[in-house]
Amino acid sequence: MSLTESGPVVTVIDEEEAARARRDKVNRIAKWTLPSLVMVLSILAWHFYVTINEIPHYVLPGPLLVAQSVWEDWGLLWPAMITTSRLTFLALFFAIIGGVALAVAFTQSKWAEMSFFPYAVILQVTPVVAIAPLLQIYIDSAFVAALLCAWIVAFFPILSNTTIGLKSADHNLQDLFTIYGASRWQRLRYLSAPSALPYFLGGLKIAGGLALIGAVVAEFVIGRAGTGLGLASTLLEASYRFNFGRLYAALILISAMGIVIFAITSTISHLMLRKWHESALKRD
Amino acid sequence: MSLPIDQRPPLLRMRHVEKTFSGDVVALKDMHLTVNEGDFMSLLGPSGCGKSTALRLISGLIHPTRGKIEWEGGQGANDLGIVFQEPTLMPWATVAQNVWLPFRLKGVTFNAVRDEILEALKLVGLEKFQNSYPRELSGGMKMRVSIARAMVTKPRLILMDEPFAALDEITRFKLNNDLLELKAAIGCTVIFVTHSVFESVFLSDRIIVMAARPGRVIHELHVDTPYPRHEDFRTSTEYAAHTRAASDALHEAMGEAA
Repeated sequence: MSLTESGPVVTVIDEEEAARARRDKVNRIAKWTLPSLVMVLSILAWHFYVTINEIPHYVLPGPLLVAQSVWEDWGLLWPAMITTSRLTFLALFFAIIGGVALAVAFTQSKWAEMSFFPYAVILQVTPVVAIAPLLQIYIDSAFVAALLCAWIVAFFPILSNTTIGLKSADHNLQDLFTIYGASRWQRLRYLSAPSALPYFLGGLKIAGGLALIGAVVAEFVIGRAGTGLGLASTLLEASYRFNFGRLYAALILISAMGIVIFAITSTISHLMLRKWHESALKRD
Repeated sequence: MSLPIDQRPPLLRMRHVEKTFSGDVVALKDMHLTVNEGDFMSLLGPSGCGKSTALRLISGLIHPTRGKIEWEGGQGANDLGIVFQEPTLMPWATVAQNVWLPFRLKGVTFNAVRDEILEALKLVGLEKFQNSYPRELSGGMKMRVSIARAMVTKPRLILMDEPFAALDEITRFKLNNDLLELKAAIGCTVIFVTHSVFESVFLSDRIIVMAARPGRVIHELHVDTPYPRHEDFRTSTEYAAHTRAASDALHEAMGEAA
């Protein structure tokens, strides 16, 4: 008797649960389809705007012309993209090494922090564009000069985030390590470093984007003398020639690189934190 | 363990210990105390009475402004375990790795002490959770891990700084019972800081009542009910009498402070 009575109640709950599940499913699909739809519509709007108003291609090229440029100039764009990628990733790599090493030095020695931190800030707040011409004079290789530029921009977020992270270890845990007689190295390895990891990864995400910006700015300034660096130099050169198809093609590839870098750093961050850090945990 | 309090061998002596912070704030005044082997000692008092300061002094985290703290026979490497008010676990490490920490910092590999770690986890009833991360555990379970970590090295003395204050009453009572069993199992000495009269009477055989401004010891009470104590002790007349005595001493402490 009681079983048959509870029957309809159960189905009501099931219906609500099913509705929730349906909504979740719709949301999941919309998460991908809506942005794609917006993209397709914008490209269409762009296309019709250009064709209906007969906008000249040296003012605004249509999407078809840009696609054509990507296709036809691939032989030129691809090596340029390789160069810019190498520049960006090397800058990021050295930024990680330099930023982390300096952060460790700062947290291990108050004297080191007092002596050098102001200069790290000065290096950061000085606009790279202002240093780039100097670097170009002092350094023969345009690639190395550009690398240095991109590095200066990228390393500061890693330094400052990692420094804060290394100092942010739980105070009770610090006390515990003191009571158990932990050495400096053990404290760094088992306490400060894991505590700093989420901060470092946050810095890495910012630095990834900044390394690309640094590389682009460096190419604008340094690549001008016909040294033929990467995508940004190609873009600048195309603008001088009013080759707007190629300009947009280069722009789209730079933007794609930014997306890829963001995806990579986000994935690394997620993989390293998913087991324990609040930021990477799913809530039920 | 079962020796009367005055026949137990001494473990640690605090001689006229004083602690002054930033020149003029007297956190602890002339504390004179002998901790015996096998004591379950509670430091009971209102906030500001220096009970946590006393614990930090004993742990060596801070040093007395005046006076001496001496371990009988010197302090060995694994003589001290500590449990804080928060579980204080490393969120990036599993339960077993957290319990491994005291050994790890002594350079002992996990495999060499696997049995000790599992035994400690078994004692607190968490052997099934050895590979879980702290975030997956409830507040009470995290505290159990913290206790397992404090006792895994079988220290002579375990310091506990209001470890159950943030837990709900049901969990607290359960952990009180378990703590007494654990203490009996590994036979260590415990110094337990609390501001709960009921908790101190249930757990300890020596209650040091402290007063604030300046932080000092004003009374020592003995709870002579033999261990093991179980849930029925909480409702006995004996328990009621002891809590009344402790309450009176505490009121005196508060009155003097006010």
